[in-house]
Amino acid sequence: MNSIIFTAGARILVALLFVFSLFMLLRGHHLPGGGFIGGLLGAVAFIVYSLACGPAEAKSALRASPEGIAAVGLGIALVAGLVAFFFGDPFFTGQWYWVGGDSYETSIFSLNTVLVFDIGVYLVVLGSILSIAYAFEEET
Amino acid sequence: MAEPSDPNAPWVTPAGMITVALTAALFLFFLQYLPVVPRDGAVQWVWDWIPSLQVRLSFWLDGLSLMFALLITGIGTLVMLYAARYLAGHPQYNRFALYLFSFMLSMLGLVLADNLIALFVFWELTTFTSYLLIGFSHTDPKSRRNALQALLLTAAGGLALLAGFILIGITQGTFELSQLNAAGSMAEHPIYLGILILVLLGAFTKSAQVPFHFWLPNAMAAPTPVSAYLHSATMVKAGVYLLARMHPSLSGSDVWVYTLTIFGAVTAVFASFMALRQTDLKQTLAYTTLMALGTLVMFLAGSSGYAITAAMTFLLVHSLYKAGLFLVIGIIDHETGTRDANVLGGLARAMPITAVAAGLSGLAMAGIPPFLGFIAKEVAYAGALTMAISWFVVIMGMAAFALMFAVALIVAWKPFFGPQGDLPRTPHEGPWAMVLGPITLAVIGLLAGLLPGVTAYYLVEPAVAAVMGAPDVGGRLKLWAGFNLPLLLSVLTFALGFVLYKVHARLRAMLADMEARAIDMDASWDVFLDRFMALAKGQTRVIQTGVLRHYMFVTFAVFALSVLVTLILRPAAAPFLDFTGIGFVEWGIAALIIAGTVLVVLTSSRIAALVGLGVVGIGVALIFIAYSAPDVAITQILVELLVVVLLAVALLKMPHLDRTGKQTHRPFDAGLAVLVGGVTTWVLLRVTNAPFDRRLTDFFEASSWTEAFGRNIVNVILVDFRTLDTFGEIAVVIVAALGAYALLKGGQKAPPDDTPDATKEDR
Repeated sequence: MNSIIFTAGARILVALLFVFSLFMLLRGHHLPGGGFIGGLLGAVAFIVYSLACGPAEAKSALRASPEGIAAVGLGIALVAGLVAFFFGDPFFTGQWYWVGGDSYETSIFSLNTVLVFDIGVYLVVLGSILSIAYAFEEET
Repeated sequence: MAEPSDPNAPWVTPAGMITVALTAALFLFFLQYLPVVPRDGAVQWVWDWIPSLQVRLSFWLDGLSLMFALLITGIGTLVMLYAARYLAGHPQYNRFALYLFSFMLSMLGLVLADNLIALFVFWELTTFTSYLLIGFSHTDPKSRRNALQALLLTAAGGLALLAGFILIGITQGTFELSQLNAAGSMAEHPIYLGILILVLLGAFTKSAQVPFHFWLPNAMAAPTPVSAYLHSATMVKAGVYLLARMHPSLSGSDVWVYTLTIFGAVTAVFASFMALRQTDLKQTLAYTTLMALGTLVMFLAGSSGYAITAAMTFLLVHSLYKAGLFLVIGIIDHETGTRDANVLGGLARAMPITAVAAGLSGLAMAGIPPFLGFIAKEVAYAGALTMAISWFVVIMGMAAFALMFAVALIVAWKPFFGPQGDLPRTPHEGPWAMVLGPITLAVIGLLAGLLPGVTAYYLVEPAVAAVMGAPDVGGRLKLWAGFNLPLLLSVLTFALGFVLYKVHARLRAMLADMEARAIDMDASWDVFLDRFMALAKGQTRVIQTGVLRHYMFVTFAVFALSVLVTLILRPAAAPFLDFTGIGFVEWGIAALIIAGTVLVVLTSSRIAALVGLGVVGIGVALIFIAYSAPDVAITQILVELLVVVLLAVALLKMPHLDRTGKQTHRPFDAGLAVLVGGVTTWVLLRVTNAPFDRRLTDFFEASSWTEAFGRNIVNVILVDFRTLDTFGEIAVVIVAALGAYALLKGGQKAPPDDTPDATKEDR
């Protein structure tokens, strides 16, 4: 697709879409969103970019291979589940650490394995969709 | 046909020495049970494996398994040492050592397993590892073909065996052999015959009984150490072991007695004649192995103490001398470069130690006193006289033993003391690592015969007791049992055997002539396999049309019909349509979806059809929004978007939809589409008519904040309550993505013809 308007617009659009995808990932625990939706949005962002500028440039913008991203995501999700073992809980039990307090209400923010797991989901979805999409575009 | 071996190559390699040491350690481990088992009875080790299916990893060491375990590890140690020298410098020796060691372990598991399912697993493991060993010279098409033949035949028998085992487990309520055998014969059970046939199929294919015999001589394509190991104490004895192991529970019927007697006897005599007919010493030995297996099966038909003692003694003798003789043939082949019985002769001067080993093993094979072979033969005749059709067993036994006497002279006497022929290489004595095995085995064979009381007490009698399922009276193994009928039969056998040796050259020509006219099972196997492949190809062409439309039609038709049948078979109150509370917005969404569907069906442009599908998808997402399911709606919209974009990229390159050709399939497609739609609607109506169960909803509403600190229930379920499910899903996503990636990327790069005719040769 050789449209100057699309190519120029895509650059701004991609950045916005990508930030939006991270926003969706982070708000997921309380509001509509989460790793799946975030990952899909992130994939849309890079697919739009590849349609505008070609798969080669989109790939270099991603910096890592999509398959690698997906694999790392799966690893992160697994590690998030394994953390529970160190606290004597069954596999994949969510672990929470409250910063500056001892409960949700009193703390400033929390560190938890649930979000780590969701980040893993995000990366898996992003990497998987992109690997198919790029293979598709290069094939046709 | 000597395998590539460099005499100067270092043969003390880590792979070889570690496997030898481990096997020797296992041998010593089992040796410590030698005094224990005759005194205290069987030893058992148990681990629960799959408790819910009653599959236990339980090992049972009684007289029978101990004898086998000692043979497997003892001969295994000698063979591995021998192989290290024999294949010194072979580029794939390490691989070979791994195969041989894995085979040894599987065989050990087989004879120790107490649970039928565990036994089956080890049984199949020996099949696979022996396949790797037989096909070790994988560059040779003949070797590959013979390995595959052995694999297919024994694995097919293995499947029958599994079916038999499962039937036993269901009818008897246990998979533990020790319990089955303690319960006694199951001959009265109504499906006993079925079980027996299935188990015998497994045992007969593995132990190469006629008419499944042909894979065994072909398996000689393997390097000689493999033949020595597989065809003496291990692989082919597995079937015999199984028959002995299950003797208490499966014998005790006329079917058992006559089937085993006839198949065993026919195999034994047929194989003895075939052995005489061969000129390649290794082939000769292969057929004598068949003969031994037939004899063993024949004696296991009986239930008397003498018959079983004959089987167990002969099993021990045969394992020792057969392994020794195979190893001797390997040395001859290694040192002279030929295995032709017509050429070899006068080697005794060049290789005296090998000659001694061969002579001792040959005497044991011929059954000359005071070797254990002689005692085995005496007991065998005594046992034959106690069996059901004793005249038949005695005649067949004598034919086999006499022929074996002649073959022993051909294999062990003639190459060393006969007239010398024209040899390809000047013979030398073999290296010690190779001579050690045959000489050790030969000496053990001699000692076992000189001390029959010790052999009987430690090895044979505990094994006989295990097979009979009752304590054995013992005292049957004697070097001198007085002037009796067995002794007379023995003398007759020697005379007959000597005559056969004298005329064997003429007999050989005659047998070759007969063989040319008989049915060739080996060739029939190829024909069978070809026809089978043709059948498979034909039916694949019918079922797998390669047209996507057909696959989709079948998939949807199966879905619609199976759901429809369920709906009809399980009637419920007729669903009613309730349109109250459906407002302008909902009707608008429905109209949008219908419009999209109509566009998809009528358009002649692929892109327009795709957009139509997109409209349908967005309509569905709008329904989710209207009924407040934002997470699902967002996901739906994004997936629709991605599908449309990706398909558009692909479809842009494709030609315009061709509507000019035959469209006969369209009415069927339309009918199917209406059916699927109707069935789905009906199901949904029935589901929504049923009262809504709020238990899960209530639980998640109550606990998602208190226990998982999240207000978005959908996300909390995904990342907290049902995390393992989500983890499984993302793993599937990755696998699917890699699969699609491989399909898209892999197809174009594969060279068009990279393995020419490989499949044809492999058959």
